[in-house]
Amino acid sequence: MSADVQLENVWVQFGDFVAVRDTSLTIQGGEFFSFLGPSGCGKTTLLRAISGFQEPSRGRVLIGGKDMAGTGPNQRPTALIFQNLALFPLMSVWENISFALEVKGVNKSVRRKKADELLELVALPGQGDKMVDELSGGQKQRVAVARALCAEPEVLLLDEPLSALDLKLRQHMRTELRAIQQRAGITFIYITHDQGEALTMSDRVAVMRQGTIDQVSDGTIVYDRPETAFVASFVGENNAFPGRVIEVTQGIASVQTKSGVLHAEVSAVSPLTSGDAGIVFVRPESVRFADPSALQNRLEVTVANQEFEGHFWHLVLQTAEGSVIRMSVMNDGERETYEIGSRIAVSFTAQGAIALAQGELAAE
Amino acid sequence: MTSARVLRLAVGFYILLFFTYLFGPLIVMSFTAFNSSEFPSISPWNCVTPEWFGVLFKDQHLMGGLRSSLLVGIGVVLLAVPIGLAASLLITQLQKRARSIVYTIAISPILVPGVVLGISTLVFWERIDRVVLGVEDSFFYDGYFMTIIGQSTFIAAYAMLVFLARLQRFDPGLEEAALDLGATHTQVFRKILLPFLKPAIASAAVLAFLASFENYNTTVFTIVSKSTLTTVLASKVRYGINPSISALAVIIIGLTLVGAVIHEYLRRKEVAKTEALAAEGLPAPTRSRSGNRVLRVPVGALASLIFVAMLATAWIARDYDVAQCKVQVTEENRKKFDALKQQRLAEAKAKREANRQDADVAVETNQAGRQYQNIFAPTNLGSQIDSTEPSEPDSDATTAVETNQAGRQYQNIFAPTNLDGQVDSETKDE
Ligand SMILES: Nc1ncnc2c1ncn2[C@@H]1O[C@H](COP(=O)(O)OP(=O)(O)OP(=O)(O)O)[C@@H](O)[C@H]1O
Ligand SMILES: [Mg+2]
Repeated sequence: MSADVQLENVWVQFGDFVAVRDTSLTIQGGEFFSFLGPSGCGKTTLLRAISGFQEPSRGRVLIGGKDMAGTGPNQRPTALIFQNLALFPLMSVWENISFALEVKGVNKSVRRKKADELLELVALPGQGDKMVDELSGGQKQRVAVARALCAEPEVLLLDEPLSALDLKLRQHMRTELRAIQQRAGITFIYITHDQGEALTMSDRVAVMRQGTIDQVSDGTIVYDRPETAFVASFVGENNAFPGRVIEVTQGIASVQTKSGVLHAEVSAVSPLTSGDAGIVFVRPESVRFADPSALQNRLEVTVANQEFEGHFWHLVLQTAEGSVIRMSVMNDGERETYEIGSRIAVSFTAQGAIALAQGELAAE
Repeated sequence: MTSARVLRLAVGFYILLFFTYLFGPLIVMSFTAFNSSEFPSISPWNCVTPEWFGVLFKDQHLMGGLRSSLLVGIGVVLLAVPIGLAASLLITQLQKRARSIVYTIAISPILVPGVVLGISTLVFWERIDRVVLGVEDSFFYDGYFMTIIGQSTFIAAYAMLVFLARLQRFDPGLEEAALDLGATHTQVFRKILLPFLKPAIASAAVLAFLASFENYNTTVFTIVSKSTLTTVLASKVRYGINPSISALAVIIIGLTLVGAVIHEYLRRKEVAKTEALAAEGLPAPTRSRSGNRVLRVPVGALASLIFVAMLATAWIARDYDVAQCKVQVTEENRKKFDALKQQRLAEAKAKREANRQDADVAVETNQAGRQYQNIFAPTNLGSQIDSTEPSEPDSDATTAVETNQAGRQYQNIFAPTNLDGQVDSETKDE
């Protein structure tokens, strides 16, 4: 069972402070939908509005087509995995998991059986009789997932449920969650700080900034075709060259920057015209060592630093005017290394870069 | 001697002084419970005796007071703890302004003198009886009822403080989580909040009971014609006490110690459990332990001290006969008295010779002198009786004196003739 979730012009205000601003969004039933955004941008607040803990100041929340105004959290077909988990410390693991059944008056043996099944599912078999205190952080998170699943919600809301796990376990839980979601066909609404997580797991990603949603689309589009300067700078790494648009021809903009005139594709969604303030964004992996023949988007730089990260080399380059360019080079074992301080030339193609209107950038 | 050592010595001395101040009275009182002397005292020490415990249990007044204290205490627990719980829950739900108003109102009975609470409770319920019910002194004007109500006004506030302290550590997220999983508000209260508050309910109940048990100021007004332990004790002090009160104190101290040891035992078990968890490398629930360690030492030391004292008593008591001891003490006292009498007589004789007066007149002077010293004592009459017939105990006089004895001793305690008085009263004993 799954239900779609619709937000219609939802506002959430705390006194004068606007935590969520005029947000409209439709999340399909059975979709794995992620919210991505910096800390304090209103992700948790939005989840609380969906799960019923926070009445919107304005606008409507609909679940399965029904207006949820006045429906308390215990009557909504949602289950929320809290950012701090909120496991019941005085109950054992299995009692925690089967709490949703207990309040329905289901008898103990049935509850125990269901709890054991769910423990199996979250890879914690035989841990049902422990107290919550006795679990590690990662185990607690898995218990929280199991507890929410036990309520058999139509919409599962997850507020950074994997943040406390180590990398291996996180990867395991990601695939596990994805599998659970596909098996149960539940709508998952997922909040994360981890962009990789959002991009790999989700059908669609919403990028939030200060209470508003900047862009909603699938992961590759968010990464490759950001629609605002904020999304471009927040999702993944990006080199930014602010300047003024000189001309736009055939979807390629020429922008006058401190590092000279740079050429980049224009976003179809937010077009630019000449005279606009614009920014050219280039991903580190799109920066190449310049062929002698390459004349477009060519930059003369000095190697300021280089970091080795297994399959990649990360180079920090400095232009003559002092701007910093990051560049990632695949570690294919053939590359000659550069001394720090050596002067090289790099370039990128117009297709590998994107020009967007100037706007707020994500904080580093 | 280094200055650090001086400091350590000074600190040790201070601690000794402090504990003496803290426990000295209790220890002295405990000893008086075992002295056969009629008045609670350790010096002069007469005989070791358990008889005061018997006297205590036979004292209908005290036992009746104890019973009603227990009754009132239970009533107060049943009334004050739920009220305190409700108030604390209300306060945590309220917003800033309303919260501080309700808090102030709930806490105010603690600040009002108990006497005022007592009188106002009395007046209020008497009025209710008269004006609202149209009856006189019958329905609400009942000692138990008014005492429970009166004490609960401020004891509920104590309970509320206990609950508030606990609620401050409650994670409201748990409430939300339970709601989210489909629990109703009632279920949240029963299954989440109440289990969390359980330890606080226990402490609040104990606190409420103890506060009720020891309350005097309010109770003395609201209890009307009945009496609780505290009011009985107060009236006893007025009319003269005997060591059965110390015996009661020993029992109460003993119960407290047993309670403390049990509590300590349970707590240590808990600590051991968390430490075992920590040893497994799992996160233990954070809990400060340093505070408890400080407590552990005096409680343990006191408990073992008492144990040793009991052993020693048992050892001494092996071939010890109270009756015999008493006879012995009486004998000694009589000897002392006789010696004193001889001395007095000799003095009188000397005086008589000096003044060339009659022997009878000399004795009278002597008596008058003693009376003079007692002139402000309310039992003056009693002492007159026994001073006129000091050496030949007469059964009538003895009973008359006995009823008064304890009181007289008490009033004479600072009188210069104290020793004499004690000597005669002991003589009279048989
Ligand atoms: N109950 C509240 N009262 C006042 N302000 C609030 C309240 N809850 C949240 N806020 C504010 O709303 C903003 C958004 O908070 P929210 O918890 O939704 O952030 P978030 O995106 O979940 O951040 P994080 O990633 O750090 O969890 C924050 O600035 C926060 O201070
Ligand atoms: Mg959050």
